[in-house]
Amino acid sequence: MDEWNDIVKEFLLESDENLGQLDRDLIELESNPTSREILARIFRTVHTIKGASGFLGFTNLGIVAHAGENLLSQLRDGKLAVNSEIASGLLSLVDAIRRMLSEIAATGKEGDGDYTALLETLRRLQGKGQAGETPATSTGPMQATPETPAPTPDTGRPRSAAGGTSELATSHSQVSAESLSLRVDVHQLDKLMDLVGELVLARNQILQISYREQDPAFVASSQRLNLITSELQEGVAKARMQPIGNVWQQFPRLVRDLGIGCRKKVRLEISGNDTELDKSVLEAIKDPLAHLVRNAVDHGIESPEERAAAGKPEEGRLLLRAFHENGQVNIEISDDGAGIDLERVRQKAIDQRLITAEKAQVMEDRETLSLIFLPGFSTAKTVTNISGRGVGMDVVKTNIERVGGMVGLDSQRGLGTTVRIRIPLTLAIISALMVTVSGERYAIPQPDVIELLQLDDLERKTQIDRIQGVTVCRLRGRLLPLVFLDSELQLKSPSMDTASSLKPQGARDGTVVVLRTHGRQFGLVVDQVNDIQEIVVKPLSKLIRAANIFAGATIVGDGRVSLILDVHGLALRSSVVSDPGSRNDERPSDALAPHREILLVFEGARRERFAVPLRQVTRLEEFPSLAVEETGGRDVTQYGDEILPLIQISELLPQGGLKRKAETQEESEREMLKVVVCRKNGSAVGLVVESIVDVVEHDVRKDPCVIQGRVTRILDLEQIFQQALPPAAPVMEMELKQ
Amino acid sequence: MSGGRQLSSFVVHDLLFGIDVQEVQEAIRHLEITRVPLCPRLIAGLLNLRGQIITAIDLRVCLDLPERSPAQVPVNLILRTQEGLLSLLVDEIGAVLEPGQDAFELAPSTLRGQLKGFIREIFKMPDRLLLILDTKRLLAELLSMTAAAPSRDVTALQHPA
Repeated sequence: MDEWNDIVKEFLLESDENLGQLDRDLIELESNPTSREILARIFRTVHTIKGASGFLGFTNLGIVAHAGENLLSQLRDGKLAVNSEIASGLLSLVDAIRRMLSEIAATGKEGDGDYTALLETLRRLQGKGQAGETPATSTGPMQATPETPAPTPDTGRPRSAAGGTSELATSHSQVSAESLSLRVDVHQLDKLMDLVGELVLARNQILQISYREQDPAFVASSQRLNLITSELQEGVAKARMQPIGNVWQQFPRLVRDLGIGCRKKVRLEISGNDTELDKSVLEAIKDPLAHLVRNAVDHGIESPEERAAAGKPEEGRLLLRAFHENGQVNIEISDDGAGIDLERVRQKAIDQRLITAEKAQVMEDRETLSLIFLPGFSTAKTVTNISGRGVGMDVVKTNIERVGGMVGLDSQRGLGTTVRIRIPLTLAIISALMVTVSGERYAIPQPDVIELLQLDDLERKTQIDRIQGVTVCRLRGRLLPLVFLDSELQLKSPSMDTASSLKPQGARDGTVVVLRTHGRQFGLVVDQVNDIQEIVVKPLSKLIRAANIFAGATIVGDGRVSLILDVHGLALRSSVVSDPGSRNDERPSDALAPHREILLVFEGARRERFAVPLRQVTRLEEFPSLAVEETGGRDVTQYGDEILPLIQISELLPQGGLKRKAETQEESEREMLKVVVCRKNGSAVGLVVESIVDVVEHDVRKDPCVIQGRVTRILDLEQIFQQALPPAAPVMEMELKQ
Repeated sequence: MSGGRQLSSFVVHDLLFGIDVQEVQEAIRHLEITRVPLCPRLIAGLLNLRGQIITAIDLRVCLDLPERSPAQVPVNLILRTQEGLLSLLVDEIGAVLEPGQDAFELAPSTLRGQLKGFIREIFKMPDRLLLILDTKRLLAELLSMTAAAPSRDVTALQHPA
């Protein structure tokens, strides 16, 4: 009996693979109806299934396959020509076979589904070939409409062994190609991967010992162990890799069916089929990808009439592209459809109370686009209410982020939409930068690391600026917020903590690890950078996962456990990235789009927000309020050998500013003033602010605009300079000339 | 509650505890612990048990008992739980005890503090009391506590009275 089960199992596996091929062949046949080769292949597959089902006693399956075979033989013999109706009929045949097979897999029986309609359709289609023989016996409106495509369990590689139960089944060329590959249980591979992970750890430990060891034989063999382990690791990782084509093979069918379903003409172009990904990653992105493709056809590409009216070719173009870059896999899904209607997105977001109407008015396009990813933006209702996308995009984003990936979106009204996905190759073993802080070691995933800088070096070159809690580093014209890992993780006693943040930590040694997350950079200050190690990521227990600041744990060379930092979690915690909803998606940081500038954002006395272009900011300073002097009715302070006019930032707003200032005058006697020093054409002005908020990249065309969910005025420095340095202030002029 | 239960005994501070032997995988004296910043204080950290990473819980903190002196090296009592292996840091491991049913007693309702939540059964041993630690309750409490937004200030287990 066991043997029997094995035979059935084998039959199911083979058929499953063959059906995947069948789908693709049928789509290809539609565009290439005369190819005898494709026809022969399709015929062979259906015939194999028919033969095996007879042998195994699956009667219904046999009848259905037989009906298909009859139709196919007419096609093969040239009595019938393939048209889309016939192709649809054949695809429904594939669906029916697939349904029966999954029934068999689940219950061991083929089920009692009713296939008379399908049989009737197949017969009718076949009837057309036999001209005159059976004229119009089936006049019923039996159009073989494609059903909603079932989520087909596409497993296995494309095209492997065609079975041997049937006499006609295998062509010889196929056999010789297939005998070189082997089917392996995935669990077996997973187990192997786990073992290799353990081996990597053991190797790391031995290497550590070998550094202390003098015995040359031991050192030599541990080196050899090192090499072999690395190769083994690579080999096993490779064995788990699968081409993305395995997932994409379902898309031609999906696109075709959707296209017919919503009366659109869509041409699907695929490139990078061979791009390989770890199987678990591939599994994780399968559904999100299908979702995006469905979105593109359903909502992105317009109807032929609309396209014609817009002067575009009737046939829409959907491009799937995959390629490797920087140790990551990039996937792009782009269409040349209508693009996303930002106005409707805004309206929808207002309706759903995700943003206020005021905010929507000042929101820039990029931010508006990112609304689509907000959970709650997409509810089932939006499918019909909104012509742009946004159906379950938050789910897509969540799924992709779960495997360490990122999603970005670009859309131009009338021209189309592109979704970009970046995902790591594998999850289990990553390369990490090991750092030490307060005697504890932590691992930072290497793809997040951009560069390393020496802290004392930066201090010497006065590239470090501090304003109470906020420490920033000036790096190639940008301000980089610094995060001190020890205080972030509270590894020091609280008293030391406050002392160090008040006092410049000049004496402090350390390294700044420049990290990037979601397109934002920040510097993480650690005591020491040790080395780069291959580490095996182990998930954290539920008991400590909640902190969100660790991505996992690993065992390092000396057998101790080290925590792996979650760079994005860390950025969120330290407010480097403040609002998960409004953060920019990945973009090349150096090539700024026109109108985009890096802005320094700060708050005035009433928490109103302002921003100035960072390139005009020369320093962030603190002055005791006692150092403020008054001249000609203006506040100034001595700044080096200059006199720096000071402007209360709150006074720039028309109302309430002065009153507030009067209130604060007394209490601020002992206070330190935070001053943003801006310079233009050699003269400087100091903006007195309440607090520095952040450094962001933003569109500067709109004023005010919304940055991080707050209305922010972008200051016109030109005007401020005129106000601060009026020609009618001769004293100041004189002083400044020096 | 049936007679002849086999209980692994251990000492924390001045109290004798027992856990069903079935729940205990092993006891290991010294394992180096990596502490996890920003976690509640009762989570002592992570340790490497033959390649497996395990969370260690300090029972003294859990039960609101005075802290262990630095010289005192705790013992890891490795438990099998629904959440995988878990290590309880205890002071000393005792023998496996098999108290008779006649020694069984429900915990007095006058127990105070954290003990009240986790001790519901007691065996009267000749010289002292054996408190049965309800590990399921303990784990549930730990999970519910750590699942809530972890605040910087959670330093001890807050148990509803």
